[in-house]
Amino acid sequence: MSMSNLVRSGANILMPFILVFGFYIVVHGHLSPGGGFQGGAVIATAIVLLMVAYSCDEVCTSLSKNILKNSETLGLLLFIGTALFALTAGLAFFGNWILDTGPLFATPVAFGINPGNLNTGGIVPVLNIAVGIEVLGAMGLLILAMLGGMKGDGDAE
Amino acid sequence: MIELAIHILLVTGLVISACMVWYMDDLISAAIAFGAFSFLLSLEFLVLQAPDVAIAEAGIGAGLTTAIFVIAIRGTDKKGGDASD
Repeated sequence: MSMSNLVRSGANILMPFILVFGFYIVVHGHLSPGGGFQGGAVIATAIVLLMVAYSCDEVCTSLSKNILKNSETLGLLLFIGTALFALTAGLAFFGNWILDTGPLFATPVAFGINPGNLNTGGIVPVLNIAVGIEVLGAMGLLILAMLGGMKGDGDAE
Repeated sequence: MIELAIHILLVTGLVISACMVWYMDDLISAAIAFGAFSFLLSLEFLVLQAPDVAIAEAGIGAGLTTAIFVIAIRGTDKKGGDASD
């Protein structure tokens, strides 16, 4: 049922690099190509690589279905909460209420070729991180449901 | 000129890998050939100056879809289609 030793060693070596690349794409979403969806898909690929290389029993002990479900819910709530909080600041829905307020993400992105300053952009990095968490949870849940249904003993959720 | 050469190389590789998906008897080999097809397609998107689509294609096409195929092949029987149903 489980893969060979070569596949396991390759997955062990490759997984941290794929994770770091995914987080890089999510965090740099407002500056460079990519964003929440693409970065979340890349992070989910790292988790999926672990699930393919190891069997279901070894993976499901450390990564339960509830963790992924909760991360999906957390991402969606963070997204819509960020959008709704603009109403309390007197702006429109999805208004950029973080801009020019505090130390975090307060300055706008430079026009033209940007210098790569991460601490810019207002709510856009927050929305990117929220979408990244949501996509990571959804795609991991998809693969975990498929992996659990392999032996026919998956609880029908 | 060099861009045209890269285009011709990538499209030739796409056709060859798509034919390999059809040609392979082993299902795992066919799934890996499909992953190579998606990887070449994402390189073609990158050459056509769509890096956003290229990252999405590399993450979902070459990563997640190949993993779903491998999990499905591992979970099923190879000779399952030979029965009357």
